[in-house]
Amino acid sequence: MDYVMAFIVGGAICAIGQVLMDATKLSPAHVLVLFVTLGAVLSGLGLYEPLVEIGKAGATIPLTGFGHTLVRGVIEDVDKRGFLGIFTGGLTSAAAGITAAVVFGYLMSLLFNPKSK
Amino acid sequence: MQKLTKEQQDYQNLVNLKKPKPPYIKNIFMAFLVGGLICVIGQGIMNFFVSRGFSIKEAGAPTSATMVFLGAFLTGLGIYDKIGKKAGAGSIIPITGFANSIVSPAMEFKREGYVFGVASKMFVVAGPVLVYGMTSAFIIGLIYYLFKL
Repeated sequence: MDYVMAFIVGGAICAIGQVLMDATKLSPAHVLVLFVTLGAVLSGLGLYEPLVEIGKAGATIPLTGFGHTLVRGVIEDVDKRGFLGIFTGGLTSAAAGITAAVVFGYLMSLLFNPKSK
Repeated sequence: MQKLTKEQQDYQNLVNLKKPKPPYIKNIFMAFLVGGLICVIGQGIMNFFVSRGFSIKEAGAPTSATMVFLGAFLTGLGIYDKIGKKAGAGSIIPITGFANSIVSPAMEFKREGYVFGVASKMFVVAGPVLVYGMTSAFIIGLIYYLFKL
Protein backbone atom coordinates (compact mmCIF):
# COMPACT_ATOMS: atom_id res chain seq x y z
CA MET A 1 0.00 0.00 0.00
CA ASP A 2 2.94 2.33 0.76
CA TYR A 3 4.14 1.82 -2.78
CA VAL A 4 0.80 2.61 -4.40
CA MET A 5 0.41 5.83 -2.42
CA ALA A 6 4.04 6.83 -3.06
CA PHE A 7 3.43 6.33 -6.78
CA ILE A 8 0.22 8.36 -6.82
CA VAL A 9 1.38 11.26 -4.64
CA GLY A 10 4.87 11.46 -6.18
CA GLY A 11 3.48 11.12 -9.68
CA ALA A 12 0.89 13.82 -9.06
CA ILE A 13 3.49 16.28 -7.75
CA CYS A 14 5.63 15.69 -10.85
CA ALA A 15 2.59 16.03 -13.11
CA ILE A 16 1.85 19.45 -11.57
CA GLY A 17 5.45 20.43 -12.34
CA GLN A 18 5.03 19.28 -15.94
CA VAL A 19 1.83 21.33 -16.37
CA LEU A 20 3.67 24.39 -15.04
CA MET A 21 6.58 23.85 -17.42
CA ASP A 22 4.39 23.35 -20.49
CA ALA A 23 1.93 26.12 -19.70
CA THR A 24 4.35 28.83 -18.60
CA LYS A 25 7.65 27.96 -20.31
CA LEU A 26 9.40 28.09 -16.93
CA SER A 27 12.90 26.59 -17.03
CA PRO A 28 13.61 23.47 -14.95
CA ALA A 29 15.67 25.62 -12.56
CA HIS A 30 12.70 27.93 -11.99
CA VAL A 31 10.41 24.97 -11.36
CA LEU A 32 12.85 23.49 -8.82
CA VAL A 33 13.18 26.81 -6.98
CA LEU A 34 9.41 27.24 -7.04
CA PHE A 35 8.83 23.72 -5.67
CA VAL A 36 11.31 24.08 -2.82
CA THR A 37 9.70 27.36 -1.79
CA LEU A 38 6.22 25.92 -2.19
CA GLY A 39 7.14 22.90 -0.04
CA ALA A 40 8.53 25.21 2.64
CA VAL A 41 5.41 27.40 2.68
CA LEU A 42 3.00 24.44 2.73
CA SER A 43 5.05 22.91 5.54
CA GLY A 44 4.92 26.18 7.48
CA LEU A 45 1.14 26.20 7.13
CA GLY A 46 1.04 22.62 8.44
CA LEU A 47 -0.29 21.26 5.16
CA TYR A 48 2.70 19.21 4.02
CA GLU A 49 3.02 16.84 6.98
CA PRO A 50 -0.44 15.29 6.27
CA LEU A 51 0.70 14.72 2.67
CA VAL A 52 3.82 12.94 3.96
CA GLU A 53 1.63 10.72 6.10
CA ILE A 54 -0.45 9.75 3.06
CA GLY A 55 2.25 9.54 0.42
CA LYS A 56 5.41 8.73 2.45
CA ALA A 57 8.34 8.74 -0.02
CA GLY A 58 5.95 10.07 -2.67
CA ALA A 59 5.91 13.34 -0.72
CA THR A 60 9.49 13.36 0.60
CA ILE A 61 11.38 12.48 -2.60
CA PRO A 62 10.09 15.37 -4.78
CA LEU A 63 11.85 18.66 -4.11
CA THR A 64 8.84 20.04 -2.25
CA GLY A 65 9.88 17.49 0.40
CA PHE A 66 13.27 19.20 0.64
CA GLY A 67 11.54 22.48 1.51
CA HIS A 68 9.46 20.58 4.04
CA THR A 69 12.58 19.01 5.61
CA LEU A 70 14.18 22.46 5.99
CA VAL A 71 11.09 23.96 7.65
CA ARG A 72 10.43 20.95 9.89
CA GLY A 73 14.03 21.19 11.12
CA VAL A 74 13.75 24.91 11.79
CA ILE A 75 10.51 24.50 13.75
CA GLU A 76 11.87 21.59 15.80
CA ASP A 77 15.03 23.53 16.63
CA VAL A 78 13.11 26.68 17.56
CA ASP A 79 11.17 24.54 20.03
CA LYS A 80 14.42 23.12 21.41
CA ARG A 81 16.81 26.06 21.39
CA GLY A 82 14.71 29.14 20.81
CA PHE A 83 15.88 31.95 18.53
CA LEU A 84 19.13 30.24 17.49
CA GLY A 85 17.07 27.39 16.07
CA ILE A 86 15.99 29.64 13.19
CA PHE A 87 19.62 29.54 12.04
CA THR A 88 20.53 25.96 12.87
CA GLY A 89 17.41 23.86 12.28
CA GLY A 90 17.15 23.86 8.49
CA LEU A 91 20.63 22.66 7.66
CA THR A 92 20.64 20.21 10.59
CA SER A 93 17.67 18.29 9.26
CA ALA A 94 18.73 18.56 5.61
CA ALA A 95 22.39 17.80 6.33
CA ALA A 96 22.45 14.28 4.89
CA GLY A 97 20.83 15.29 1.61
CA ILE A 98 22.95 18.40 1.11
CA THR A 99 26.25 16.70 2.00
CA ALA A 100 25.39 13.76 -0.26
CA ALA A 101 24.52 16.14 -3.09
CA VAL A 102 27.76 18.11 -2.81
CA VAL A 103 30.12 15.18 -2.22
CA PHE A 104 28.57 12.60 -4.58
CA GLY A 105 27.91 15.33 -7.14
CA TYR A 106 31.55 16.39 -7.06
CA LEU A 107 32.93 12.83 -7.16
CA MET A 108 30.68 11.75 -10.04
CA SER A 109 31.66 14.86 -12.01
CA LEU A 110 35.32 13.96 -11.58
CA LEU A 111 34.77 10.31 -12.43
CA PHE A 112 32.62 10.65 -15.55
CA ASN A 113 32.68 12.70 -18.71
CA PRO A 114 29.62 13.99 -20.55
CA LYS A 115 28.29 11.58 -23.14
CA SER A 116 28.14 12.95 -26.66
CA LYS A 117 24.51 13.41 -27.60
CA MET B 1 8.22 47.68 -30.62
CA GLN B 2 6.73 48.87 -33.92
CA LYS B 3 3.13 48.25 -34.57
CA LEU B 4 2.65 45.34 -36.94
CA THR B 5 0.83 45.87 -40.21
CA LYS B 6 -2.32 43.90 -40.89
CA GLU B 7 -0.44 41.39 -43.06
CA GLN B 8 2.23 40.88 -40.41
CA GLN B 9 -0.42 40.30 -37.78
CA ASP B 10 -2.21 37.79 -39.96
CA TYR B 11 1.07 36.03 -40.58
CA GLN B 12 1.87 36.00 -36.87
CA ASN B 13 -1.52 34.46 -36.13
CA LEU B 14 -0.94 31.85 -38.79
CA VAL B 15 2.46 31.02 -37.30
CA ASN B 16 0.93 30.65 -33.83
CA LEU B 17 -1.77 28.43 -35.27
CA LYS B 18 0.65 26.13 -37.08
CA LYS B 19 3.32 26.05 -34.39
CA PRO B 20 3.44 22.56 -32.89
CA LYS B 21 1.89 22.55 -29.44
CA PRO B 22 3.63 20.53 -26.73
CA PRO B 23 1.84 17.17 -26.42
CA TYR B 24 0.35 18.12 -23.06
CA ILE B 25 -1.42 14.88 -22.22
CA LYS B 26 1.53 12.68 -23.15
CA ASN B 27 3.95 14.91 -21.23
CA ILE B 28 1.79 14.85 -18.10
CA PHE B 29 1.36 11.09 -18.33
CA MET B 30 5.10 10.51 -18.69
CA ALA B 31 5.91 12.91 -15.83
CA PHE B 32 3.38 11.14 -13.61
CA LEU B 33 4.64 7.68 -14.55
CA VAL B 34 8.38 8.33 -14.19
CA GLY B 35 8.03 10.64 -11.17
CA GLY B 36 5.80 8.07 -9.51
CA LEU B 37 8.23 5.23 -10.24
CA ILE B 38 11.17 7.20 -8.83
CA CYS B 39 9.16 7.73 -5.64
CA VAL B 40 8.35 4.00 -5.52
CA ILE B 41 12.09 3.28 -5.64
CA GLY B 42 12.53 5.85 -2.86
CA GLN B 43 9.82 4.09 -0.86
CA GLY B 44 11.66 0.79 -1.30
CA ILE B 45 14.88 2.33 0.00
CA MET B 46 13.00 3.96 2.88
CA ASN B 47 11.37 0.64 3.82
CA PHE B 48 14.80 -0.98 3.76
CA PHE B 49 16.13 1.55 6.29
CA VAL B 50 13.01 1.15 8.44
CA SER B 51 13.55 -2.62 8.45
CA ARG B 52 17.10 -1.93 9.67
CA GLY B 53 15.72 -0.25 12.78
CA PHE B 54 15.37 3.39 11.70
CA SER B 55 12.13 5.11 12.65
CA ILE B 56 10.11 6.40 9.69
CA LYS B 57 11.23 9.95 10.48
CA GLU B 58 14.91 9.00 10.81
CA ALA B 59 14.79 7.00 7.59
CA GLY B 60 14.23 10.17 5.55
CA ALA B 61 17.84 11.32 5.71
CA PRO B 62 19.59 8.12 4.54
CA THR B 63 16.88 7.67 1.90
CA SER B 64 17.55 11.15 0.47
CA ALA B 65 21.30 10.51 0.52
CA THR B 66 20.89 7.18 -1.32
CA MET B 67 18.56 8.70 -3.92
CA VAL B 68 21.03 11.56 -4.47
CA PHE B 69 23.80 9.01 -4.98
CA LEU B 70 21.70 7.11 -7.53
CA GLY B 71 20.76 10.31 -9.37
CA ALA B 72 24.37 11.47 -9.52
CA PHE B 73 25.65 8.04 -10.59
CA LEU B 74 23.06 7.57 -13.34
CA THR B 75 23.81 11.09 -14.59
CA GLY B 76 27.50 10.20 -14.77
CA LEU B 77 26.66 7.10 -16.81
CA GLY B 78 24.53 9.23 -19.15
CA ILE B 79 21.38 7.25 -18.33
CA TYR B 80 19.54 9.92 -16.36
CA ASP B 81 19.52 12.41 -19.22
CA LYS B 82 18.05 9.75 -21.51
CA ILE B 83 15.23 9.23 -19.01
CA GLY B 84 14.87 13.00 -18.72
CA LYS B 85 14.21 13.48 -22.43
CA LYS B 86 11.06 11.39 -22.12
CA ALA B 87 10.01 12.18 -18.56
CA GLY B 88 10.37 15.97 -18.32
CA ALA B 89 9.32 17.10 -14.86
CA GLY B 90 9.05 13.46 -13.79
CA SER B 91 12.83 13.30 -13.69
CA ILE B 92 13.44 16.93 -12.69
CA ILE B 93 11.25 17.30 -9.58
CA PRO B 94 12.45 14.25 -7.55
CA ILE B 95 15.64 14.70 -5.52
CA THR B 96 17.45 12.53 -8.11
CA GLY B 97 16.81 15.40 -10.52
CA PHE B 98 18.44 17.77 -8.03
CA ALA B 99 21.53 15.53 -8.14
CA ASN B 100 21.31 15.52 -11.94
CA SER B 101 21.26 19.33 -11.97
CA ILE B 102 24.55 19.27 -10.03
CA VAL B 103 26.48 16.63 -11.97
CA SER B 104 25.37 17.60 -15.46
CA PRO B 105 26.85 21.14 -15.66
CA ALA B 106 29.84 20.14 -13.50
CA MET B 107 30.88 17.43 -16.02
CA GLU B 108 30.20 19.75 -18.93
CA PHE B 109 32.50 22.50 -17.63
CA LYS B 110 35.32 20.25 -16.41
CA ARG B 111 37.73 21.68 -18.99
CA GLU B 112 37.46 25.07 -17.26
CA GLY B 113 39.22 23.59 -14.26
CA TYR B 114 38.36 22.01 -10.94
CA VAL B 115 37.56 25.24 -9.16
CA PHE B 116 35.79 27.52 -11.65
CA GLY B 117 34.70 24.60 -13.82
CA VAL B 118 33.51 21.66 -11.74
CA ALA B 119 33.12 23.10 -8.25
CA SER B 120 31.46 26.35 -9.25
CA LYS B 121 29.20 25.03 -12.04
CA MET B 122 27.84 22.37 -9.66
CA PHE B 123 25.72 25.10 -8.14
CA VAL B 124 24.22 26.65 -11.26
CA VAL B 125 20.82 25.19 -10.32
CA ALA B 126 21.53 23.76 -6.85
CA GLY B 127 22.66 27.19 -5.60
CA PRO B 128 19.35 28.94 -6.28
CA VAL B 129 17.48 25.94 -4.80
CA LEU B 130 19.49 26.24 -1.57
CA VAL B 131 19.16 30.05 -1.47
CA TYR B 132 15.38 30.03 -1.85
CA GLY B 133 14.87 26.93 0.30
CA MET B 134 16.95 28.22 3.20
CA THR B 135 15.63 31.75 3.03
CA SER B 136 11.99 30.66 3.02
CA ALA B 137 12.67 28.21 5.88
CA PHE B 138 14.37 31.06 7.79
CA ILE B 139 11.42 33.42 7.30
CA ILE B 140 8.92 30.73 8.32
CA GLY B 141 11.06 29.90 11.37
CA LEU B 142 11.14 33.59 12.34
CA ILE B 143 7.35 33.88 12.03
CA TYR B 144 6.93 30.69 14.09
CA TYR B 145 9.30 32.03 16.75
CA LEU B 146 7.49 35.37 16.99
CA PHE B 147 4.07 33.70 17.26
CA LYS B 148 5.31 31.43 20.02
CA LEU B 149 6.46 34.34 22.22
